[in-house]
Amino acid sequence: MCAQEVASLIVGMHAPDGFLDPSVTATMAIVAAVVLGKALRASEVELGERCVPLAGVCAAFVFAAQMVNFPVASGTTGHLLGGALAAILLGPWVGSLVVAIVVVVQALVFADGGLTALGYNTVNMAIVPAFAGWALFRVFRRLFPCNTSGVVSASALAAGVSVVLSAMAFSLQWLFGATAPVAFDTVFGAMVGVHMLIGVGEAVITGLVVAAVMASRPDLVIGAADLSPIQLAEEPRIANRTFAIGAVLVALVLAMVVSQFAASDPDGLERIAEDTGFATTADNQLFADGLFADYATRGLDNAGLSLAVAGSTGVLLTLTVGWGMASAQRRLRPAPSIQP
Amino acid sequence: MTSPTAFGHQHLHVHGTSPIHRLAPEAKLLGLLGFVITVAVTPRQWLITFAIDATVLLGVFVVARLKARLVLGRLAAILPFVAFAFLFPFVGDGETTSVLGFSLSTDGLWASWNVLAKATLGAAASILVTATTPIPELLAGLSRLRVPAAVVAIIGFMFRYLDLMVDEFGRMRRAMAARAYNPRWLWQSRPVASSAGALFVRTYERGERVHDAMAARGFAGAMPTLSEASATRSDWLLAAVPSLAAVAGLTIVGLT
Repeated sequence: MCAQEVASLIVGMHAPDGFLDPSVTATMAIVAAVVLGKALRASEVELGERCVPLAGVCAAFVFAAQMVNFPVASGTTGHLLGGALAAILLGPWVGSLVVAIVVVVQALVFADGGLTALGYNTVNMAIVPAFAGWALFRVFRRLFPCNTSGVVSASALAAGVSVVLSAMAFSLQWLFGATAPVAFDTVFGAMVGVHMLIGVGEAVITGLVVAAVMASRPDLVIGAADLSPIQLAEEPRIANRTFAIGAVLVALVLAMVVSQFAASDPDGLERIAEDTGFATTADNQLFADGLFADYATRGLDNAGLSLAVAGSTGVLLTLTVGWGMASAQRRLRPAPSIQP
Repeated sequence: MTSPTAFGHQHLHVHGTSPIHRLAPEAKLLGLLGFVITVAVTPRQWLITFAIDATVLLGVFVVARLKARLVLGRLAAILPFVAFAFLFPFVGDGETTSVLGFSLSTDGLWASWNVLAKATLGAAASILVTATTPIPELLAGLSRLRVPAAVVAIIGFMFRYLDLMVDEFGRMRRAMAARAYNPRWLWQSRPVASSAGALFVRTYERGERVHDAMAARGFAGAMPTLSEASATRSDWLLAAVPSLAAVAGLTIVGLT
């Protein structure tokens, strides 16, 4: 098993059974079920009876796209996660539904990710990237010019940041449902750090894919539904330079975010030798370690910083996902004007 | 990701006539769910329970007459995440033990074991189910378990077109390779991404054509079901055996 595949799986977050404790697992399963139920109804409203065949072939597309190897550096390859891409191309409801179905099938049929882990895997790989990605996409659309380059850059940035947000979501679930004595800080630092790098790849690839679709069928990109066909026809093809600038922008934004958290990363490792009054509850662990398992609090015992990081991450995630859902809800209304 | 060898859903199902193959799919699915949930809530230090779970799975495996190589090969899919779990003893806090000169966290070791045991049992159980159940039956089972009809139909379409998509991607890559495109760096990925974009456009258009064809044949939002045979009482009982054994394993250790 090569290192790159290890990285891609950690990144893919196809967590197996037993990775988080039963209470968080159950909570996330309920969250996933509720959101997907809503996404299914919304998709049926949006696509009508075309929902079944279209969502089906698009799920096959996402599955296939996740298997495509993209070059990363010096011949190593990575692959697309595609949550934000699906939301931008298909809209957040259909997009999240399609990616969630891919995640479910991967667990059920390919044993890729545990069946009991389906709840949080769906939240982290489908719901967070699709809705947070959609919210970010809309924010970035406002910041960039209203043309193809603007759409492509916004897609790239939103996709890159959405990957990092997924990593944060996993870290938060770890805070409440850890099954290993690894502090929140350590997991957060490692997950977010690794996903910053992945995010750059995700950003570039998502931008390029959206650009390719915009070049031939701009009407299929739901996130660009506000651009008029006449305006699009007059636009020149996007130059490579635009992508270079976009990629640098993504890297800068990600770097700025990572520097905020870098300080919290090393101390988890330093504490390995430390004995923090360890009284394990492992023997009656069945349901005893509920929301505030001692692992979680142990992750927070030393510094208010952890609490601040965890709290602000939670707020950030809730806000972006919530806003994505709210704006997706608005999109559902039959009114033709969709974008700002 | 799924390794290329494990891919191609026609290879997932292994034809056979064992009692496991003949079980009704909905019973198998529910049995699988019961089993993995029981395994997932098992406290990690109850080794005897895990041993009982593993023995039960081994029994099912023998009855199903599957090849060990197939199951082990597909189990390899969980390796990367398990490898990640093996970092726990090195980064964990708390009491430490000395193993081969390394100072490892005891709790971290238990955590690694927890993930290893549960991931292996869970994945092995679902591999046993998919290896003994053809995809269409699996879908029929899902719909008889009251999974929303639209979701089942979407999954069905996904399977129908999955190989097509993967093949199409493969052909595009071969065509590019034949024209000496051999990217090594991220900024050289534009042609790959463009082909992905092109494939999305084709996919979407294909979806619309498929819908047109379906509409022409009278589709009005619901897929017809072909097989009506559902699980008998003995199917349910038989499929519940692994879960019951796992629960028994939990109770035995819990009481002692």
